[in-house]
This record gives sequence, structure tokens and C-alpha cells, in this order.
Amino acid sequence: MTKALQSINDFVVKFANVNGSGSASANELFARSILRMGVPVSPRNIFPSNIQGLPTWYEVRVSEAGYLGRRGGCDFMVAMNPQTWDEDLREIEPGGYLFYDNTRVIHADQLRDDINLIGMPLTRICNERYDDARQRQLFKNIMYVGALAAIFDIDIGEVEKLIGEMYKGKEKLLEPNIEALHSGRDYARTHLNCASIGLKIRRADAVGDRIFIEGNSATALGCVYGGATVCAWYPITPSTSVVDAFQSYCNKFRIDKASGEKRFAIVQGEDEIASIGIVVGAGWNGARAFTATSGPGVSLMTEFLGLAYFAEIPATIINVQRGGPSTGMPTRTQQADLFSCAYASNGDTKHILLFPEDPKECFDFAAQALDLADQLQTPVFVMSDLDIGMNTRLCAPFEWDENRHMQRGKIVTREQLDAGIKFGRYQDVDGDGIPYRTYPGTHPSKGAFFTRGTSKDANARYSERGEDYVENMQRLQRKFETAKSLVPQPIETTHDTPATVGVIYFGSTSPAMQEAMDNLQRRGLVIDAMRLRAFPFPDSVMEFIHRHEKVFVVEQNRDGQLRSLLINEGQINPAKLIPVLHFDGTPITARFITQTICTALNLGHCESMPKQAAL
Amino acid sequence: MTYIAKPKLHHPSLPKNKLGFTRRDYEGAVSTLCAGCGHDAISAAIIQACFNANIEPHRVAKLSGIGCSSKAPTYFLGGSHGFNTVHGRMPSVLTGANLANRDLIYLGVSGDGDSASIGIGQFVHSIRRGVNMTYLVMNNGVYGLTKGQFSATADRGSASKRGVVNSDAPVDLITMALQLGATFVARSFSGDKEQLVPIIEAALQHPGAAFIDVVSPCVAFNNHSGSTKSYDYAREHNEAVNRIDIIPAAEAEEVRYEAGAVQDVTQSDGTLLRLRKVHLDYDVHDRIGAMNYLHKHQARGELVTGLLYVSENPEDLHSHIGTCKRPLAQLQDADLCPGGETLAKINAGLR
Repeated sequence: MTKALQSINDFVVKFANVNGSGSASANELFARSILRMGVPVSPRNIFPSNIQGLPTWYEVRVSEAGYLGRRGGCDFMVAMNPQTWDEDLREIEPGGYLFYDNTRVIHADQLRDDINLIGMPLTRICNERYDDARQRQLFKNIMYVGALAAIFDIDIGEVEKLIGEMYKGKEKLLEPNIEALHSGRDYARTHLNCASIGLKIRRADAVGDRIFIEGNSATALGCVYGGATVCAWYPITPSTSVVDAFQSYCNKFRIDKASGEKRFAIVQGEDEIASIGIVVGAGWNGARAFTATSGPGVSLMTEFLGLAYFAEIPATIINVQRGGPSTGMPTRTQQADLFSCAYASNGDTKHILLFPEDPKECFDFAAQALDLADQLQTPVFVMSDLDIGMNTRLCAPFEWDENRHMQRGKIVTREQLDAGIKFGRYQDVDGDGIPYRTYPGTHPSKGAFFTRGTSKDANARYSERGEDYVENMQRLQRKFETAKSLVPQPIETTHDTPATVGVIYFGSTSPAMQEAMDNLQRRGLVIDAMRLRAFPFPDSVMEFIHRHEKVFVVEQNRDGQLRSLLINEGQINPAKLIPVLHFDGTPITARFITQTICTALNLGHCESMPKQAAL
Repeated sequence: MTYIAKPKLHHPSLPKNKLGFTRRDYEGAVSTLCAGCGHDAISAAIIQACFNANIEPHRVAKLSGIGCSSKAPTYFLGGSHGFNTVHGRMPSVLTGANLANRDLIYLGVSGDGDSASIGIGQFVHSIRRGVNMTYLVMNNGVYGLTKGQFSATADRGSASKRGVVNSDAPVDLITMALQLGATFVARSFSGDKEQLVPIIEAALQHPGAAFIDVVSPCVAFNNHSGSTKSYDYAREHNEAVNRIDIIPAAEAEEVRYEAGAVQDVTQSDGTLLRLRKVHLDYDVHDRIGAMNYLHKHQARGELVTGLLYVSENPEDLHSHIGTCKRPLAQLQDADLCPGGETLAKINAGLR
């Protein structure tokens, strides 16, 4: 028998459930109760693209050290789905625990002898206690939460408080839920040898003032703070909750109490094409507008993105990335839309991309994207993904500088026109590539211009002259250069001892990467790291690459899209950039990064290497 | 699309409207469309309608898609902001522009290829949403810029210039607009200025989704004997149900009329649309009746023109979604940003 795993505040619990069984709120209750005990958790939904009946998993990483990435592997499996039994069983670490419903007898050949079994007759208890089929199912979930509280030494008072918050205003539901919770706890105390189970939660003070929120909700709040007034969208997983949250925040903060008038407009377009069209129209006419979508939506929007780039119209696109190409894996995560967004549309186009690492940056970057779009008069993408967008994540609290104002960019006013300012829509007056614009309706006789997707001269007049076209395209390139200093700058982690190896990463890879860096350091490997936060890449990115002999580029796609962008934009020798690619649709793990880097550097096995496709 | 500015000189005694603008103030660049193109007549009608309606040119936003029709906004309202968008997608851009600033007047110009084929979805949904706009289709049944292919509004059985007979059924944008809830629906003919100008003038002042289908013959590719969108065909089959006179709000009360022969429609700004009825039994407020009437007459090959439907209680997208009266584009930080204190409370609620 393998030695049973022992750990306090550092393990992975995974729930295998059936979609539609009502387990989501019970599982979240479990995760939040640990958080309330001051121990950081990072839960992740791993769910299928269907309505109900298929397998779904909820994985909770408990880490007092604060590692929020997916670790890989699972120490304690709550196996509630017979359909995935074999697969779930395989995933348990040696010495780990299997918590299962033993109402039905499990045969020995369906088990492993290097793990510890914890059987509880959940179905039998619920069948005896409840007549209603739905109640049997729902209270089974709460009951296992009660049992787990006993097993892990979670303060049941915290769980009760959370249930109280959950059913505030629905007191009728409160009591039976508490009762089910207690009966689960009592059963575990009486029948399961809880003390022998080596995974425990102890109160800690490791959460601090951090907040717990989904990235999509944070993005929506960023749009509210950033002053977005027009939102046009078309439902698509995993971005839909951005607009749901925007609507709910606007209903709170943007409705005039006296008149009921709304200081926002949300239109569900007939498709993604119309949605971006509405955003472009609103941006042209001076409103801050955004759309939220995912890869297939961006595919449809590309024609308009080209227009917005070429006609120089602000537009903010929240791209919550999922697995592609085509419909791909709609409910899985990837960072695979870099190409399709950076160079969206026909002809020479380049777009601004922002890469948030967590909900805090989703908030910051959404607000900043609205500023940048106005300042640069161009589309700006916030490249979130399902992993940040749809999972509740611990992050630094939101901050807002009260002196901050919307950056509306270069606008020529009626007063300036009256004073005789010379205005030509596409003239590079300041040498930074950014022209001035007037809003429609500004002045009775001056400053009007014609916006079009065809080529034009500096005064917005249609022109097919080669010189005019070249001048315009070069100015757009200058504007892109200007963007380098306006976008969020990369964040570098260096060490006292100079390192010859570097690693570049971005977005939701961040927490797994930070843990991988610690793992590598424990192995004696010192690596400098740079987290990119935007495209175009500021000059410091190329300097970082030049300073190191080898640079790993960690990303969640097959083709090394970030690596290609770096090679392309920085004229980098491809041999210097070593791809670290994870793209099975699950969030990248620290183990995967650590092992891939160790293997590439001929350091052998760093620690036990999990399967990549471990769902 | 060559751009030729018109010379600025104009006759000192040109008539002025109430705002002091002359007709020339509503003109644009010199047209590069074919001589005799129906679209140029429509541009001229738009110029006249804006002059008559005493609209400040800069308060109009003119938007279009792609095609001969969509080039037209260059040729009128040179003092307005214009936006030549992408093929078939003018309606969404116009919708966004309208959401941003409800104070301007929105004129969407499109063609039958633009609106009935590639952009039919956007046409449908902008009408369905009730965007406050004048959506004008210059309908010639043919693709001019790509040299003569049938468009989706070409009648079944009509022939192309090369003699190919169209076997597909036509899309009738008028009956679609009626069905989708447009609150002002009219059809006219580019060769009938007397009818067209007041229709445009009324549509521009209508506070809701106004749709105008204008048969506008293509002299280069669709003005031959086999076409049902030619000048001759349109003249011979024009069945006008009414003619509009527009009476400004101030004069509206003094007007008297003989019941039966006319129907008066008061717009929300007080303007009176006086419909001189040609068909006495035609009721301009009857949406279903209009559809029946059109089906019956179109089956006979007649081109029914005039103001076909106008709602007595028009509404628009802003009223449906309850946006504030102030244009969203003009709201400031204080109107939009909940501020740091609120954020601190939000943070506290997320622990």
C-alpha cells in the first residue's frame, strides 16, 4: 500500500459530476468555505459543451502558498459520475483518496490498490430521507459538502454562513440545506475515520484583502468604469457572461433613479457582424462602445475590423478565447486567437491586443482598452480566455484613481474650428501617426469629412494615387509604433545572479508560470521571466530576448502564435525562441511548464509528469 | 469614385430657406455615375428635400454600404459627415451611430444588391429594431459596378441586357418593411420628382424607422425592354395611391380640405402630411391593408407608389430600450463612472 498523502492547506480536490445535477453551487460552496478560512483556493470548471447529462468536473486547488494555476493531478477525487469512473480513478495521485457513493457495491477490479477509499452511501441516505427526485439529487450534493467539511476539518460555521448568504430572502430553502449539510457531516463523523485522512484545512491568514471574482464579471465592471455606453453583442460561449454582468452593473450604476432613463444601450445583434458594425457606428459618432465575443465571432467580425483600422475608428473587442479552429472546443480554454486578432482582415492590418492575467487585469485592461481605442482611433482587443473569464479567481482588489478621466484622444471641437484651426482628417499633425477627428454634427460649415474603407488622401478625399496610399499606410505604421508606449508594459522578473535563459509568457498562463518558476528555482535553475501584456511589443521585449541565449515562449496553442509574432515583429532568429505549447483545452499546469523546460534543457524529470490530457 | 469638388461660386440671388441656406449648401461633389442614372435624380431629390425641410446640413449623418447607390452620399450634403461602410452593413453602423447620438438625423442610402442580398439581414433587423432613420434604397434590380448581374429585387421573368431571363422570385423590400414594423413606408420612382421630394422630406422628419424604396433605373445595364426596372416600365406602370403635400406646423391649423379626397397625417413635430388621395379607398394607417393592396397590384405588374403606410404612434429604438435624452456620446465621467468609493464596496462584497 502506498503511503497515504498527508498535507495541510496544499492539495487538489476534484469533483466529477453530471452536468445539470445541480452540483455547481455545492462545489462552489466547498471552495468558498476554504477561502473563508483564510486559505487561497483556485477553482476551475471543466465542463462539456452541452446542456445536460454529460460529465462535468470542478477542480479546487488549495494552496496556502497562493499558487492559483492548475497544478495537474488530483489528490482527492469526489467521484459522483459512474460514466467517468475509470478515467477519474486513474487521475488520482498515488496515496490519494477516492470519495465515492457506495450505495452500489464497487468491484475490486474497478479500484486501485494504491489509493485510499472513502465510501459513503449518499444515494441510499437521500432515497430514505427524501421523496422528491430533484431533492434527492440536490441534497446529495449538499450532503457530500457536509461530509467533506468533516473530513478536511473545515469550519462548518463558515459553510452555514455561506448557505445563509446564498439563500438570503429565500429562508424556506435555508433550513433543509443546513439540515442536509449537518447530516452529511454527522455521517462522516460517525462512519468515516476522518482523523486518518491526511488532507486537512487549517485556518490561515493567506488571503489578505484579495477578492474572488470571475474574469468576465471584472471585464464588465472595467467597461462600466471605463465609460462604455454602447454594447452590441451576439451570444457566444465563453464571453456571454461579460454582457450579462455589464447589464447588471449598468442597472445598478447607470439608471437615473428619478426618471428611469438609462445611460447605456445594450443591443443583442442578429450576429457578430452586426454587433461590431454597431460598435463601429457608435465609435465613429463619439460613444465608447464595445463588443464581447470569442474566436468564431472574431472570424465574422474581421471585415469590419479592417474597416475600423483603415478608416480609423475606435472599437473595443473583448475576446474571451476558447478552443478553435471553427467551433473547436467551445467550453475549453486556449490562447489561440493571436494571429486572427493581431492581423485581422485583408490587406496590411495590425491591431492592438491586451493580455490580462487575472480578473484584476481584466478590469484594468477593459477600462484602458476604451481609452486606447479613442486615443489611437483603432480597434483594441482585450484577449481574455475561458480560464480567466469563467472561473472564479482570487486576485488583488480593484483600484480606481479618482482623478482619472476618460482619454478621448484627438478631437477637434467646434470652438477650435471657429477659431480657424486647420483640419484635415488624416493629417499627421503631431508626427505620432495619430490624426485628429471631428464628431459628426460638430460644426455647421467646417470639419465634416467622409469616412470610407477605400483609400484616401490626408484630407479624407478618395484617392487611388500610389503616393497617397503609401503615405497613409506608413502613417498607420507610425501610429502602431506610438501604441508601443501607450499599451501596458511587460513585467519582468529577474534575479540577482544573471540568467542566460529567459521565459516569455502572457495572460492566463501567469499563475502556472509563477509556480513553475519556483519549481525550477528549487531545482537550481535560475530563469528570467517576462510577462507580456500587450501587442505591439514594446522595445523592452526585444531587448529581453537579445539579452538571453535561449528564451522559452509559453503559450496555449499548437502553432506558437506568440512566438511567431515575436519572430515576425522583432526580426528574431527562430532558433532562439523555444516553444512551450499546451493546447488540450485545459488550463496549462505548472508541472507541464516545469517538465517541458527541464526536458529541453536536458535536466531530466523535475517531478512526476502528469498526462497532458488529464480532464 | 473620383472626387470632384463643385466650384464654390454661386448666384447671389439664389433662394434661401428659413435657415438662410441655399440649395447649393445641400449639394455634394460632382457625380461620377453614368449620365441619366436614376441615382443622381434621387440625390437631387434629397438635396431639395433637405432644403425644403430647413435641415441644418451638419445635423445629418449620411451612411451607405457598397455599390453605385452607396457612392451617392458623396454627391449630396457635402457639409455632413458621411460614412461609406462595407457591403450590406450600413444598417448596423447607422444603428450604432444613432445609439451614440440620438440628436442627429440619420439618412441611410443603400442599393438592392446591398440591402436585398448581402445585407438583407441587417436591413431586416434595423427595421425590426425601429431605428430612427430614413432608409432609402435606390432600387434598379441590377449590379452596376460589376456590370449587370441580376440583383435579388429583379422580377422573375425579367431579362438582363444580354437576354438572360431571371428565374428567381424577387425580394420585395416594401412588403418586408411593412411586415417588420417600419413606421413609415413609401415607394417612389426616381423619374417622379414631384412625388419623391415630399416623401423624402416627410421621412426625414418621421420619428421612427422610415423606409423608402425608389425604383431607380440603371441606364447602363437595366434600361431595356425586358426590364421591369426601366424608365419606360416604371412610367407606364406607376400606380400612385397618393401624393404628399407637406405643411409646416405653423400653418397646419389654417388648412381646410374636402373630406374624402385628402387624408391628413400629423407628425409628432406638428408638421402636417397632406395626402392627396388618388385611390380614395386607400388607408395609409392600415398596415395589413397596405400589404394586401401591394400584393394585389404587384401581381398585375403595377408599381404601386406613394406613402403606403405611416404609423399614428411611431416609436424608436431609444424609446424601446429607455436610453436617456442626452446623447450617450456626450456623457461625461461623472455620468458614467461609479467612482472609487463604490469600487471599494464592490471589493468588500467579493470576499
